[in-house]
Amino acid sequence: MSFPDAARVELDKAQQRRNLRKATTTIRAKRAAVVAEVPDWEPLRDEGARVKDEALHDLATHLERLEVAVTAAGGTVHWARDAAEANALVARLTRAAGSDEIIKVKSMATDEIGLNAALAAEGITAHETDLAELIVALAGDRPSHILVPAIHRNRAEIRDLFEAELGETGLSTDPAALTAAARRHLRERFLRVKVGVSGANFAVAETGTVCVVESEGNGRMCTTLPDTLITVMGIEKVIPRHADLATMLTLLPRSSTGERMNPYTSLWTGVTPGDGPRDFHLILLDNGRTATLADPVGRDALRCIRCSACLNSCPVYERAGGHAYGNTYPGPIGAILAPQLAELRDHTALPWASSLCGACYEVCPVKIDIPTILVHLRSRVVREQGAPPSERLAMEAMARVFASRRRYEAAQRGARLAGLAAHLPGPLRTWSGVREPPQAPRRTFRDWWRSR
Amino acid sequence: MRIALFVTCLNDTFAPSAGRATVEVLERLGHEVVFPEEQTCCGQMHANTGYADLAAPLARRFARVFGGFDAVVSPSASCVAMVRGQYPGLVGETVPNVYELSELLVDVLGVEDVGATFAHRVTYHPTCHGLRGLGLGDAPLRLLRNVREIELVELPEAETCCGFGGTFAVKNADTSAAMLTDKLRCVLDTGADVCTAGDSSCLLHIGGGLRRQRAGVRTLHLAEILASTG
Repeated sequence: MSFPDAARVELDKAQQRRNLRKATTTIRAKRAAVVAEVPDWEPLRDEGARVKDEALHDLATHLERLEVAVTAAGGTVHWARDAAEANALVARLTRAAGSDEIIKVKSMATDEIGLNAALAAEGITAHETDLAELIVALAGDRPSHILVPAIHRNRAEIRDLFEAELGETGLSTDPAALTAAARRHLRERFLRVKVGVSGANFAVAETGTVCVVESEGNGRMCTTLPDTLITVMGIEKVIPRHADLATMLTLLPRSSTGERMNPYTSLWTGVTPGDGPRDFHLILLDNGRTATLADPVGRDALRCIRCSACLNSCPVYERAGGHAYGNTYPGPIGAILAPQLAELRDHTALPWASSLCGACYEVCPVKIDIPTILVHLRSRVVREQGAPPSERLAMEAMARVFASRRRYEAAQRGARLAGLAAHLPGPLRTWSGVREPPQAPRRTFRDWWRSR
Repeated sequence: MRIALFVTCLNDTFAPSAGRATVEVLERLGHEVVFPEEQTCCGQMHANTGYADLAAPLARRFARVFGGFDAVVSPSASCVAMVRGQYPGLVGETVPNVYELSELLVDVLGVEDVGATFAHRVTYHPTCHGLRGLGLGDAPLRLLRNVREIELVELPEAETCCGFGGTFAVKNADTSAAMLTDKLRCVLDTGADVCTAGDSSCLLHIGGGLRRQRAGVRTLHLAEILASTG
């Protein structure tokens, strides 16, 4: 279903509208407060963009340095062209570790490649350990937000879900009680399962250090308890230097959860005998990233550090919700990432899922000019996929009118006549669904100017 | 100062009073306003709908018509943002020096009191292209605060988009309607009898919604309030 059709369905979900409005309003205010505390926030954004660009503009070199450093620290690096290769690698490594189940750190990359379903087809069970991912998985639902996958659910809905699916009874809607119920369910798995799978927020080329940022500590359980740790990382996550983490870890939590610092930041470099996993595998995932890098305008989308500030600020996301985007990455960033990482022809409506209000660009910690990329992708869709013939004809007709003063002034007289009609013709009819159509006044501005 | 007026195709045809008011304010302040009659459209609709190929000739045409002026003024933040933001990529030639009206008045001419009187309860909606596209800051509000007898009331959630977005309002009509509904609720909560803004496009959308609801709230372009003398 294309965005406009999916949005029409989502907009009618009153509880979801309320949940989203409440959650995004709260998180916007928190973000604004902690960003205002940082006097050099704007230079910090510039530095964040510069760090990511430095890595992206010489990506091959940085990835090879990362591979050398990880290997030297006792890890193994694998390269995956696409989702199928990455999924097959995870399945093979899991079986090689003698396991038929994995515990997972919340990760966008593994959502993107559909890892859980691919593993299930191989007879391997994936356990989500992030509270919200667990909620989504138990409900047979899909995540609707990058950071808060169950943002469309409220506490009462989650209480009901836990009572139905986890055998809990008499639960309150108190967050601590709900979390304790999830903990009872998860703890046994943390201790039993021998393979952990994570994504990565950053990976340092200089040292081979991988970084995961989270709030719950469940991620750290997955990266420290199992014998084998497999990290699936988009190749755009590499940053040049360890010192760059200082910039990125200042930008990320303030932009995402509106916290000065996130509760858990896990950093590991290869393997350490007697401490944590014995085997560490880093899978470097392309899956459309190299192709995205080839577009000089669109490539800036690869700077994204998945903070989700753009989602929380977007008036379209707040109303339509994440599911309307029909993609792992919702919101403004999804509208520019999905058409580039996957095939443009499969996401032709997404670049239009924005009023170009610019709220996303204003909050982006790595200064991705999302409105400019949206306009660029609209042009690419029109050029490469073709526009509806009626739209192309209308646009060409209007361009001809605007190319000549004589035709323009004749069209103004026509608009005045059409303005007398009660309703607008053709696709413009949607305008008059909720608004009175504009009436062209008797005299145009230029009529008045000439008559002075 | 001799100032060329870029009225915009939308104001010219559907909101001529915004153009007239712009002329009146500037002339009252002692400036000479000229109107190059060859002007048509800046090409924003084409560019933002994915037709950069059709927008480019309009941008070149605009640059020819307005290239010779030291200063061009427009009562549309959206069209000014188009010229300033997208023309360098479209035409690659010298981009005319175009100012949005409040920007010209406050930042260039240094005027905050234009000598207006307007005895109504007014709320101001900062449009996205003015607020974030041009970074107008509080220039429009400073002008409004100096209007005599005006009762200015703050619009809740003012910085949220009204949902117009050009062809967005047609291509994503349902989401646009949801955004409009929330904006109208905020406008009505102020108890204002006039909602003003610096873009007639957003005002046609908001005003169309208010009229459909028979809300009894008018929309007026910022220039019209600044031109008013009671």
